[in-house]
Amino acid sequence: MSEIENKTEHGSMDGATAGTAGDPKNDTGLGLGVIFFIVAFLICFLSGWLLFPKLLYSKHEQPFNFDHVLHVEETGDCESCHYLREDGTFSGIPKTESCLDCHTDEPMGDTKDEAIFAAEYVAKEQEVPWYVYARQPDCVFFSHAAHINAAGMDCKSCHGPIEETRTSRHYEENRLTGYSRDIWGKNIWGIKKNPWDRMKMNDCAVCHEKETGHKGYCFQCHK
Amino acid sequence: MIHDKKAHKYGMVIDLDKCTGCGTCAVSCMSENNVPFKEDESDKKDSITWMRVYRLTNNKPFPDTEVAFLPRPCQHCGGKGDHGHSPCVSVCPATATDYGYDTGIVSQIYTRCFGCRYCMAACPYHARYFNWWDPVWPEGMEKYLSPNVSPRMRGVVEKCSFCYHRYQLAREKAYASGSDEIPEADYQTACTTACPAGAIVFGDLNNPSHKVHQIVKPDPHPDPLNPDVVGKSRNPKVFRLLERLGTNPKVYYMSEREWVRKLGDHYLDGEWDKVKNVYGSASHE
Repeated sequence: MSEIENKTEHGSMDGATAGTAGDPKNDTGLGLGVIFFIVAFLICFLSGWLLFPKLLYSKHEQPFNFDHVLHVEETGDCESCHYLREDGTFSGIPKTESCLDCHTDEPMGDTKDEAIFAAEYVAKEQEVPWYVYARQPDCVFFSHAAHINAAGMDCKSCHGPIEETRTSRHYEENRLTGYSRDIWGKNIWGIKKNPWDRMKMNDCAVCHEKETGHKGYCFQCHK
Repeated sequence: MIHDKKAHKYGMVIDLDKCTGCGTCAVSCMSENNVPFKEDESDKKDSITWMRVYRLTNNKPFPDTEVAFLPRPCQHCGGKGDHGHSPCVSVCPATATDYGYDTGIVSQIYTRCFGCRYCMAACPYHARYFNWWDPVWPEGMEKYLSPNVSPRMRGVVEKCSFCYHRYQLAREKAYASGSDEIPEADYQTACTTACPAGAIVFGDLNNPSHKVHQIVKPDPHPDPLNPDVVGKSRNPKVFRLLERLGTNPKVYYMSEREWVRKLGDHYLDGEWDKVKNVYGSASHE
């Protein structure tokens, strides 16, 4: 007890005359300090937690909405549009030319998005500048063939149920690195529930170690 | 998957009698691997040459003067005893370079490198280069860069990767065709395919059906004179650079000419005569 008394006495002597000096029972200085600390902590914590991600990531809308449900109904599966080429490389997002297998510059349906596609891209023979959520940094080599053919994985195990999406979500880009937010992950606590929540180098290594017994050498995934 | 497959050991043999010193290997290497070039490429403190052609002479006066050229890529050392402790790998504090036990290729990860240049000091072959500046491409040329090789930035070290991106593509092709084997022709480095004299032969040193194995005939046993040396060639014409260091390079050189072979290492007086007819460990028995 005497120790606390000593401390408060010293504290109030050091600080401005917040409380009544020398009276431990009327110590508003300490109380104010604690409140100030909590408030300051909350402000810093919340701005770091809520405001900073907003500042760090810029949001982009896709050129127009893409309805995967509708397209899977028509084409049947992922491979109709996203396929492995004969030489083992992956086609990725289809070019406008592939779309022309079905589409023409006259819209087939009556959605606003298809009208944009037909008028802006098919008629003008332009590629659609899609934002690619899963695009990895330049130094990364990712082989779809190794995962699909050799490891026998399906698209869903890494990309999630994309075929059930009716709308294209925002693309968020890290302003500093220019990478998609899907790489770093949305969850600020770093909690990962699904494989597609985050795809950093360590996420690759964890799965590789589990499935192949080895993280792999640098050049397995780097170029 | 890495463990249950028989490991490759990619390497090359360069025939110095065929090499004319034209420099096509160096040029093809630069364009293949997005190697930046400088306004003054003669400034060797600044220029970056993954594949560099050295000029050798026998130092004899005319008319006995002879010249040879020695192209020098990264030697992809296996380190002492070929255990993967390459000089550069063992000193890197950032793990920006590692030894791929599946291919025998020494990697260099530019995004991980922080530019301490310890590896450059450790490399006995001067195969590593530092980016003192950001690369500057003539306008429009950046559109011609290879998308399979990531470009470097200021402050990192780079070196020959045995065109690893070609291995990656060849492996993808093998996966797509459902095969486990990468055909010899599917993975060849840029310098090998570009050499107009056909002086460079590239392939898997562990695969007896590959031409490089047939020329080099690597000795599977360690050298009894120096147990650190593994994979010494049993071909009397074939040598490696600074072989007695025990770095175990995977780049072999070949020449009919004795003076060229002698330049592969530093020999004291009389030393060369003792070792010049020693090919592989079998010859000591």
